[in-house]
Amino acid sequence: MEIRLFREGGKVMVLETQHFGNIEISEEDIIEFERGLPGFEDNKRFTILEKVGDDNPFKWLQSIDSNTLAFVIVQPQMFKDHYEVKIDDNVAAELELEDVSEVIVYSIVTIPQEISKMTANLKAPILINAKKNKGCQMMLDDERYQFKHGILQELQNMGGK
Amino acid sequence: MLVLTRKKNESIVINDDIEITIIDIQNDQIRLGISAPKNVSIYRKEIYLEIIEENKKAAENQNISLDDLKKKLKI
Repeated sequence: MEIRLFREGGKVMVLETQHFGNIEISEEDIIEFERGLPGFEDNKRFTILEKVGDDNPFKWLQSIDSNTLAFVIVQPQMFKDHYEVKIDDNVAAELELEDVSEVIVYSIVTIPQEISKMTANLKAPILINAKKNKGCQMMLDDERYQFKHGILQELQNMGGK
Repeated sequence: MLVLTRKKNESIVINDDIEITIIDIQNDQIRLGISAPKNVSIYRKEIYLEIIEENKKAAENQNISLDDLKKKLKI
């Protein structure tokens, strides 16, 4: 299903979302994924949705190109003390990163019927350069990290710290 | 698809700066050596397919609410 995007004067547009209804976003909220995401290559523009003032670690990575597509994301440092993302040169170039420490890292969360068995994809994180509004999903060549990493227990433990 | 026949220790060159060498052949396994610039991504295909599969599963989360997930965090 295509979403209706329209401009209301200036740079603000209204995005119909499944989770937050109609929301206004400005161009600065749009993150460009040049290559889309694997499996969803046609979706090249996303925005991150969260409730203002909410301390919920989960957010939506909402596609702007298809309003029915959204991923639950979480920052891995919310549940993991050490998570090493080695950014290779082509990814740094794609994101126009001047300094790799500027990158914001998210993991996509998969939620099965039984919510407590939710997992985060640590193998292929989402990387975002907030300065340039560029994003991509990068594969880590690192055997420590899995596509399905159980997170509930770790999130609970970190929350209790 | 271009199909070439190569023997052990022979190579193919792609685009002047990528070289793929047949390092070893044992039964149905072939070891490849790949020399390429740092900005070339090289994946085992099945790993790439796994990302796609995991993304597709994650995209089925649509009926979840973030508030429900947050509630689960309370021990």
